[in-house]
Amino acid sequence: MKRHLLSAGDLTRDDAELILSTAAELRDLADRPIKKLPALRGRTVVNLFFEDSTRTRISFEAAAKRLSADVINFAAKGSSVSKGESLKDTALTLEAMGADAVVVRHGASGAPHRLAHSGWVRSSVVNAGDGTHEHPTQALLDAFTMWRHLGQSRPGGLEGRRVAIVGDVLHSRVARSNALLLQTLGAEVTLVAPPTLLPVGVETWPVETSYDIDRVLPGVDAVMMLRVQRERMNGGFFPTPREYSRRYGLDARRMAALQDHTIVMHPGPMVRGMEITADVADSERSVIVEQVTNGVAVRMAVLYLLLGGNESGA
Amino acid sequence: MSTYLIQNVSVLGGEPQDLLLVDGVVADASATPAEGAQVVDGTGLIALPGLVDLHTHLREPGREDAETVESGTAAAARGGFTAVHAMANTDPVADTAGVVEQVWRLGREAGHCDVFPVGAVTVGLAGERLAELGAMADSAARVRVFSDDGKCVHDAVLMRRALEYVKAFDGVVAQHAQEPRLTEGAQMNEGELSGRLGLAGWPAVAEEAIIARDVLLAEHVGSRLHVCHVSTAGSVELIRWAKGKGVDVTAEVCPHHLLLTDELAATYDPIYKVNPPLRTARDVEALRAGLADGTIDIVATDHAPHPHEDKDCEWAAAAFGMLGLETALSIVQETMVDPGLLDWAGVADRMSSAPARIGRLDDHGRGLEVGAPAHVVLYDPSVRRTVDPAGSASLSRNTPYRGMELPGRVVATFLRGVPTVLDGELV
Repeated sequence: MKRHLLSAGDLTRDDAELILSTAAELRDLADRPIKKLPALRGRTVVNLFFEDSTRTRISFEAAAKRLSADVINFAAKGSSVSKGESLKDTALTLEAMGADAVVVRHGASGAPHRLAHSGWVRSSVVNAGDGTHEHPTQALLDAFTMWRHLGQSRPGGLEGRRVAIVGDVLHSRVARSNALLLQTLGAEVTLVAPPTLLPVGVETWPVETSYDIDRVLPGVDAVMMLRVQRERMNGGFFPTPREYSRRYGLDARRMAALQDHTIVMHPGPMVRGMEITADVADSERSVIVEQVTNGVAVRMAVLYLLLGGNESGA
Repeated sequence: MSTYLIQNVSVLGGEPQDLLLVDGVVADASATPAEGAQVVDGTGLIALPGLVDLHTHLREPGREDAETVESGTAAAARGGFTAVHAMANTDPVADTAGVVEQVWRLGREAGHCDVFPVGAVTVGLAGERLAELGAMADSAARVRVFSDDGKCVHDAVLMRRALEYVKAFDGVVAQHAQEPRLTEGAQMNEGELSGRLGLAGWPAVAEEAIIARDVLLAEHVGSRLHVCHVSTAGSVELIRWAKGKGVDVTAEVCPHHLLLTDELAATYDPIYKVNPPLRTARDVEALRAGLADGTIDIVATDHAPHPHEDKDCEWAAAAFGMLGLETALSIVQETMVDPGLLDWAGVADRMSSAPARIGRLDDHGRGLEVGAPAHVVLYDPSVRRTVDPAGSASLSRNTPYRGMELPGRVVATFLRGVPTVLDGELV
């Protein structure tokens, strides 16, 4: 594996499968009374969050702590975009504190890339979501969740499995990372969105696209609903939230069109009643809560593998 | 006054000859005795008329940490320029006779090259009402080029009025063609790559839509229009079409748009962040062809200095713009001359005569004929050099060519017969 995890596209199939199998081993830890391993004792992991994201931050924090790493949470007020402390100065500060890994969430696409490649820090950089670019650990936990339900018991894992990703693909870092990783793992991805919410050039991505959710749903093994952010609702991307829900929301009627084994996913936080109805989110098919549990295991695997898992790995 | 005899120099790439500069004017080397002349060996060098830049940001007044008139014109001289047009987006904005006269006077005091201030089209570049264009035209700075560069004059009525109004003093409106609503938050060329990188796209249509509108407006009111930093293949097509219809439109292309492509954004290094953005290889090709066939009239640098901290950050937080004065001629050689698209006489047209004509400069761009003002650049096209930002005369270091090997070197620049640069160094 590389020293940093910046893009899901950087992972080879071997890398990704190593992370998933490591996560599977580490996940069993969650069922034990003592949920802690000494693997990263003495190592320091910094959670550097320029954007509020409690769920991602605590997931990384739990992952690092279960591996016995020291954790520093650094919630930077704003970013240099808003003339706070610059990314560079923050990075230099963390470097001076002796961080072994920096987990960074930033509103600017490419900020983790800059952190890793500008010579500001020597530590490993993990992208915890950058702008509208990528969120590779989310894609890994999604793949891990799919693998547990759809890949574990068959040869080839997720090879040939069909996944629909529905919603605001244009602004979604989750969709970008998932498209890249699922392609690497051999799954077939269909992005479903109104044309205004598909990126320019999506036809060059290794995916299918559709404007029609009802044609896609019966054929898929997993359907992942993306959140529609509040600021998009008034951005003219679609006429009204109600029309969006009618055309692209997952409700009980649409759920009935799914195959029996098909799972329903959501990276959270959900807007119930908008892209997904409560009865779908709370249904038997929904693995949304399990995604959270799997998130800790996958992030443990990533930190463990990036930091070598022992002192000499530095 | 001084006398310089440049021996054995290839004027505009022709057979080697002597070039005599007497009292600020090109003299007849065969007829005039060159006694007491300082001799410069021109062997292997090309002589071109002093270059004229229609698009320079000198940053003074307001951002003297990035550039001053002194430092920016020093960089200009080292790039072979004898005249630059200083853009109006300073602080305060150059939208009054007072500010343009200040910039003009600072240029005279620095003495590295002539500075012709560009006047803002609208007060404060706000795009709401016309600045006192006539007062700037009548001032000591004699403004003829008006531009809100950095911002587009997007209001169609205001643009129409500006185009009409400047006819009274033979002025020209230089438009920064960027439809603002289509480019809100835009970071890079919109295409497959912007979608992949998650950077907000700056679509070609946002430039082309404004150019299409403006050439129609210019035709309708019978005015002169200049289009700044043309960056797309579609823009070249539109300008070619407008010229074919007889519209009085001229256009410029920047060196970086002739060489670099949007692929560089994949580094997320904002040294490559510029407005309009770097485009695709197909656009680069169309721009080169447009410059070669004269659809695009001139090369203009859009030299845009920024302090280090405005580039040493994440892409979205960084300033738009890159240095250009000291590398322009090398890039034109690399992209136009060496591939055979333009000869040296063509370079003299695109970088001296044509920009001087658009700016209505009487004493620049008149070539190297006997009797012309002795603005001369001596250029060695045979050497190659590696660009070192630390070696720049600019106060800023934001060159996208850092570490790149480029052909050619400016050996000497003469302004009115007096060297501003000799042996590649400022005099």
